[in-house]
Amino acid sequence: MSRQANRGTESKKMSSELFTLTYGALVTQLCKDYENDEDVNKQLDKILFSNFLPRGYNIGVRLIEDFLARSNVGRCHDFRETADVIAKVAFKMYLGITPSITNWSPAGDEFSLILENNPLVDFVELPDNHSSLIYSNLLCGVLRGALEMVQMAVEAKFVQDTLKGDGVTEIRMRFIRRIEDNLPAGEE
Amino acid sequence: MRAGGARWSLPARGSRMADAVLFEFLHTEMVAELWTPDPDPGSGGPEMSPSVLESVGFRVGQALGERLPRDIPAFREELDVLKFLCKDLWVAVFQKQMDGLRTNHQGTYVLQDNSFPLLVPMASGLQYLEEAPKFLAFTCGLLCGALHTLGFQSLVTASVAALPACKFQVVIQKS
Repeated sequence: MSRQANRGTESKKMSSELFTLTYGALVTQLCKDYENDEDVNKQLDKILFSNFLPRGYNIGVRLIEDFLARSNVGRCHDFRETADVIAKVAFKMYLGITPSITNWSPAGDEFSLILENNPLVDFVELPDNHSSLIYSNLLCGVLRGALEMVQMAVEAKFVQDTLKGDGVTEIRMRFIRRIEDNLPAGEE
Repeated sequence: MRAGGARWSLPARGSRMADAVLFEFLHTEMVAELWTPDPDPGSGGPEMSPSVLESVGFRVGQALGERLPRDIPAFREELDVLKFLCKDLWVAVFQKQMDGLRTNHQGTYVLQDNSFPLLVPMASGLQYLEEAPKFLAFTCGLLCGALHTLGFQSLVTASVAALPACKFQVVIQKS
């Protein structure tokens, strides 16, 4: 019983089930917390929406350091390079999937990530009374928080979701502006 | 939102790997979000009702208790189940085995982890000792939930003398 895996700085991989189940239990709990009152129930999705984005944002702010330390990715020179790193390196590393990148805007400041199998939604179905819940919204917060730490203000949002019957899950990413170095962190 | 909803095909076990740090950060955010005095202290008395974090852990433990033992021969005795928690469950969740398992052979077990992964980044020693219980509640629920699925009612509590070591005490409730 005393054998202990010591893998040094190597990343620790685990089945994505634990993460998926934990996230699901968290969402369920929050739904339950707000279920007591009929009126509050109507606000539920809004509350969850405003709850998950900052939580995801906080995770992103911390995740980016882990990512930069382990991936040897340098500074991106344009948004296309950023898109590649997000899809092919970061998603691969943390969730074990590689979304495809499509729908570039002509100006090159918007693109879509298509997630064919979002691990967050394994085992999940949305009950009718939560049909507007943006279940995986945490991911958008993570993306926004992480990119803000590398001086990029972006908007990330779900525009399609297989949980709601769409054929694919699509996160739309929009570059807003580059954050100047001399601004204090967190200032917008 | 139902764990194990039938509409979604389950991915083959181990087919997709996530990074452990993701769970760690999510857990931290859960502690920040949910660690509050009991939201409903009126019913059942404030002392007896499990914290919100524990119930979230319980739900996850229940699901893991269903999914993990698929390759393992049926458990014959209580001790087998506790060994399962120390080996398989701990490896699935924390990528390591529990460091020690002791019992009084009367339904009380002490599971010892000398470097509990959720406490390791916090401190080595007594710093932040007061904060430690927040980071154990989810895992207490996890153990209790897994035991529940495997047919045992239990009370699970955790204690920390010095970070990052901690002990989980499992008391099996005889019916």
